[in-house]
Amino acid sequence: MLSRIFKQIGFSVIKPDTDDLLHADARLEVRHFDLWIGDQPILKDISLQIPEHKITCIIGPSGCGKSTLLKSFNRLIDSVDGVRMRGSITLGGQDILRSNGANLIDLRRRIGLVPQRPCPLPMSIYGNIAYGCRIHGIRGRRKLDAVVRHYLTEVGLWDEVKERLREPAGGLSIGQQQRLCLARSLAVEPEFILADEATSALDPQSSKIVEDLFVKLKEHYSIIMVTHTLRQALRIADYVVFIYMGEVIETGDAGQVFHHPQHELTRNYLSGVFS
Amino acid sequence: MKSKYIEEIIVKILMALSLLAVVGFAASIVYTIFHRGWSCITWEMVSSLPGGGFYIGKEGGFLNAIVGSVYIVAASTFLGLLISIPVVFYLNIFLKSNSKFAYVARLAYDVLFGIPSIVYGAFAFTLMIWLGLRTSLLGGILVTTLLIIPIMIRSMDEVTKTFPRDLLDASYSLGATRLETMGVVLRQIMPGIATATLLSVGRAIGDAAGVMFTAGFSDSIPSSLSQPAATLPLSIFFQLSAPQAEVQNRAYAAALVLTGIVLVISLAGRFIMHRFSKNKI
Repeated sequence: MLSRIFKQIGFSVIKPDTDDLLHADARLEVRHFDLWIGDQPILKDISLQIPEHKITCIIGPSGCGKSTLLKSFNRLIDSVDGVRMRGSITLGGQDILRSNGANLIDLRRRIGLVPQRPCPLPMSIYGNIAYGCRIHGIRGRRKLDAVVRHYLTEVGLWDEVKERLREPAGGLSIGQQQRLCLARSLAVEPEFILADEATSALDPQSSKIVEDLFVKLKEHYSIIMVTHTLRQALRIADYVVFIYMGEVIETGDAGQVFHHPQHELTRNYLSGVFS
Repeated sequence: MKSKYIEEIIVKILMALSLLAVVGFAASIVYTIFHRGWSCITWEMVSSLPGGGFYIGKEGGFLNAIVGSVYIVAASTFLGLLISIPVVFYLNIFLKSNSKFAYVARLAYDVLFGIPSIVYGAFAFTLMIWLGLRTSLLGGILVTTLLIIPIMIRSMDEVTKTFPRDLLDASYSLGATRLETMGVVLRQIMPGIATATLLSVGRAIGDAAGVMFTAGFSDSIPSSLSQPAATLPLSIFFQLSAPQAEVQNRAYAAALVLTGIVLVISLAGRFIMHRFSKNKI
């Protein structure tokens, strides 16, 4: 992926000396992962291996722990009061749960996030994309211009906003804001993209654009998506994880889980017995 | 249905009357100040120091009080912001939302908010006697800073509490540190900071009791922090206490200057607030 960015914009936020080390192995693995909030167990003995360059959809009824699992991948769950975790989540051999300080910051950069509701930073459109690069040490107008143009083009927003890059990002439509958030995440060159019901706040047309983008982006990124919409998962998922009451019930290729579910709970969920 | 309609009209009238009462009150104050102050304000008054018999109706002006007030307000606002912004960040970003320490701290600021400025002044005066210090510009600045800190913190805190947590996550997820994320928070709460600053400036420039004990009063402009300084509210008070109507009218001229300064600061504040908050989400 790095060589692609180099070729197109000529530089990277990733420091060259650490690049080989970090990118040699970029598998995301969860082993015997438990999570409590206070005394309440939220996730129980989760073990998973997220496939690379595919769209993994995490499905399950409301409150089953999908978003909590997603937030554990980049440790944003830390901000929840009384959270405790056990087990391991590793990204390329680096233990996410035991990372802190500089390690945690680098891990977060490697795992991008597209939130449920678009959340542009209180800056201009340009400032939103450039923010990540600036905090990772990229300075200079020419370089930042190239980054902004590249990633806005990647999410198909360049032509829509090129005349008003200095205007507040809050002035964009919700669908455009969500694509901006995606471009912002991509600009720090992650390997994974986490999407927490990223299309649930969007109108059908914007939702379709974002879905298509995910399908296009999986060539270069591994995407983990929490979704409530089974139809959406059916449309774009390559790999599916079904969670029920904090436990992984079934995992597998999308075709297999959707068309030949092995577990009765999965069958019931897919047929709409509960949601 | 009809009764609901009447109910709405009554409430609407009540709201309009309340608004009118407030506007009317403000207008009558401004009218009185203008009416009595405008006729006797002269360039000499705002550009010269009080002469020997200024307070009994002879020549001179109150430049000492204007400069003293500006010094005290500018310095205490700067110091206040320097202390309040980190406190607000600590309360809202570093401490958990159910933190007992944050609860106690907010309670303490509420108590400080309600303490009259004369108590601050008396407290600082006792401290100054204990330390062997004399009334000075520094004393006035420090006590005014203490006076406005609770106002700044509580009004900024209320705005920061409503800060969308998603923005923090958005910044952290890009690999930003907490310090870098503060930059994002600062942009978002900028209008809150501007409002807090305006409220504090209003309180600081209008306060007479706190500075009476600590900054003292002087007919000259202080050339160092250790010299006493005059302030506009005290200048108004001394002139109003005089038996001569002419001197009393001069007090209104000083009040006019004070009102003018507050007005200019408010308008400038609003302009700056508008510029800084255009990117607010």
